[in-house]
Amino acid sequence: MAYILDERQKQVSVAGANAPTIECNKVSLAGSVSQRACVFCGSRVVLYPIVDALHLIHGPIGCAAYTWDIRGSLSSGPELHRLSFSTDLQERDVIFGGENKLYDSLIELIDAHNPKAAFIYTTCIVGVIGDDVERICRQVEKEKNIPVIPVQAPGFQGSKKDGYKVACEAIFKLVGTADKPTPKKSINILGDFNLAGELWILLEYYKKMGVHVNATITGDGRIDDIRNAQNAGLNVVQCSGSMIHLAKMMKEKYGTPFMRVSYFGIEDMSDALYDVARFFKDDDMMAKARQLVKEEISRLMPELAWYKERLTGKKAAIYVGGAFKAISLVKALRLIGVQSVIVGSQTGTPEDYELIKKLCDEGTIIVDDSNPVELSHFVKEKHADIFIGGVKERPIAHKIGLGFCDHNHERKEPLAGYEGMMNFAKEIYATAMSPVWKFTKNP
Amino acid sequence: MNTTETNTIKKPKMGSPVGVGGYVSTRNSCKLCAPLGASLVFKGIEGCVPLLHGSQGCATYIRRYMISHFKEPVDIASSNFSEESTIYGGSRNFITGIDNIIKQYKPTVIGIASTCLSETIGEDIPGHIRHYQEANEGNGKTLPTFIHASTPSYAGSHAEGFHNTVLATIKTLAEYEKAGSHVTILPGMVSPADLRYLKELLSDFGIKFTLFPDYSETLDNEYTAEYQLIPTGGTPIHEIQRIGNSKAVIEFGSMFNKTALRSKDKGTIQTAGEWLESTHYIKNHQMPLPIGIAATDRFIAALKDITGLELPEYHRKERGRLVDSYVDGHKYIFGKKALLYGEIDLVEALAEWCREIGIEPYYIKSTDFETLRAEANNIKPDFLLGNSKGYYIARERGIPLVRVGFPIHDRVGANRMHHIGYRGTQELFDRVVNTLLEYKQEHSPIGFKYM
Repeated sequence: MAYILDERQKQVSVAGANAPTIECNKVSLAGSVSQRACVFCGSRVVLYPIVDALHLIHGPIGCAAYTWDIRGSLSSGPELHRLSFSTDLQERDVIFGGENKLYDSLIELIDAHNPKAAFIYTTCIVGVIGDDVERICRQVEKEKNIPVIPVQAPGFQGSKKDGYKVACEAIFKLVGTADKPTPKKSINILGDFNLAGELWILLEYYKKMGVHVNATITGDGRIDDIRNAQNAGLNVVQCSGSMIHLAKMMKEKYGTPFMRVSYFGIEDMSDALYDVARFFKDDDMMAKARQLVKEEISRLMPELAWYKERLTGKKAAIYVGGAFKAISLVKALRLIGVQSVIVGSQTGTPEDYELIKKLCDEGTIIVDDSNPVELSHFVKEKHADIFIGGVKERPIAHKIGLGFCDHNHERKEPLAGYEGMMNFAKEIYATAMSPVWKFTKNP
Repeated sequence: MNTTETNTIKKPKMGSPVGVGGYVSTRNSCKLCAPLGASLVFKGIEGCVPLLHGSQGCATYIRRYMISHFKEPVDIASSNFSEESTIYGGSRNFITGIDNIIKQYKPTVIGIASTCLSETIGEDIPGHIRHYQEANEGNGKTLPTFIHASTPSYAGSHAEGFHNTVLATIKTLAEYEKAGSHVTILPGMVSPADLRYLKELLSDFGIKFTLFPDYSETLDNEYTAEYQLIPTGGTPIHEIQRIGNSKAVIEFGSMFNKTALRSKDKGTIQTAGEWLESTHYIKNHQMPLPIGIAATDRFIAALKDITGLELPEYHRKERGRLVDSYVDGHKYIFGKKALLYGEIDLVEALAEWCREIGIEPYYIKSTDFETLRAEANNIKPDFLLGNSKGYYIARERGIPLVRVGFPIHDRVGANRMHHIGYRGTQELFDRVVNTLLEYKQEHSPIGFKYM
């Protein structure tokens, strides 16, 4: 694998009995064209779906422009999160400071939109030019009587994953600031961002089981619910890379227990329901979960069998943000006869990669923080037919003649839950079976 | 003149106590940041990999933004600043970055653009380049050509970034020898299809030319069956060098890089064409983007004037058909109001074209989409003409949006869309007329079959 930069060799391995655990949690190598973004991005994507908060980005225009309406996170009410606000710092502000602009912007926006809280994202140069954002936030908080929370997210202060942590800390500041009567058997859903309405599918399942959902963090998120999040009996954490930090802090301060789940694929989805029932030691809840799973599976399996018959033998490459999602995808693909030959993520942990290694067939390439050079070599080497990734991976797949499934921000069909599994199978089938590939195979 | 130039953004008073300024934030920005424009120009140089000297996110966001428009690979490297590089300087990351790009991509050119971070901490990028060259030359290695553009995102938009990078590249590479017979075309921020059109037109004319930048292939490539690390295409280095010896320059635009408010170059900003004229004594034909018959005639007249050649028959007939279609379609658009937005060079050219065909153009210079949305309540436009980001306004008002320019994130084929010349105007005209016809038909109580 000569095309892999020396410094990155240990971030790649091939699954097998003696495979080493790959290195991860490292900063991206300069010049490597990492698929990762920065600290700001990490914080922004996590907080973005809080729909009744004001999100103001303090810095030059780019960071705000590139994150305007970036995620398909749906709202059942306000849509303030879909607007992009920036202090749009100019050269003069870099010299004399941007505090006045920040203050004025905040006052004007809060008066105009009446948000329940405001998040102020500081970008690369804000700290460098010495703006005291915390002070401005405190001042506005006092004047406007809503929480005004600084999100210290200069891009250079680590990787996207560090941004997740910054976001969790911002949310944590809100938790515990309200105390509403909350049913004992209630959960908070952490780490679902309601892309294409996925959260609403989950809410329906939990409702059928008789589980009360207290706060959804952050999909279709509401400030008042987050403020009362400590009163839930359990934190159910998906996308552990982004939200586990919040769960840990809540456990430490409020004693709220947490569990990790995934809603992708039948197995993991069903476990997510059973585990909650098991946690509350509630037989009725468990019976309802069983009933739900039974109904869904009996409906789904014949249809999936149809796809499996046709897709068996296809090979997939997975490169996504979080490794926990990658694990679910391996299982979900297996269900429809597709073998995963490359599995990678931007932000996986050693435990995640260990799990992937055990789960995958021998010979599967496992990679952390990859780049176009590596990924394009991998898919050719392993003869993948389908690529599952995000926007930046799409042209890699398409230029090589692979089918592609967007499992990231831009998806318009829900892929979570049982319904999502069906959509996933349909999408994989559509991209694998399209007649257009006859032109790419014999160009 | 229907152009509203209401600048609703009040500038804060310098040094005034907090809150007195009344500054209003930028809400749903129309502009993007300067390094994006730089990256686009670098993608138009043969064998070039762009490097953004700053945080990882800048490169990733810009890649994502450009990929969503072009639907093509867009590899942009980053020097990936850490806290340490922010405090002690980014030279180490710069060197590692360049080393790794050379190892992975084997480029002939590395185009380096600064970011707000590297500019704010005062990174000396020309110095970094010089040190890198000094340390690596002489050991048998052929180093890539380095080009550096200063593009802090706190000064100007992506359009300034684009034009500044065109200027920086030409300043770095242009030779100054005996004048040749070739014509240089600096087309500005147009689509890959527009660039292909220009090449076809000039070839048909029989004119020797250099087109820069040329991302017609790098950002709109054929199916290649492999991931080309550096896509084929782009203006070759030797052609950029000979720009300095051109017989004449034609550059399209009206504002270029002149809206940026950088104190250091106030009043002295030059476009690439102006710089070539003042330092290389090459006649610069500066003109708005050739959208519309009058504007394209002006471009063709300049070509004739420079070369003494006649417009080829094929293109003369394209003009003729365009006139014919204007006649056929004029009634369906007369008096309609169009709300325009996007890069100012494009908007001003489109506005002129609207006037040419009887549409009333409205636009606001340097604004954001929320201001535009509010203004739309007063203007009550019949349709929007701009990139895909204005869709939400069109949707809210129940009026059509005719997508042009950059970015178009919600449709395929943006790179195959023509805007300029007789051909581009024809395409635009047909799209606008048909959009308004479709709107009328959809809203008709009977659903007519003949227009």
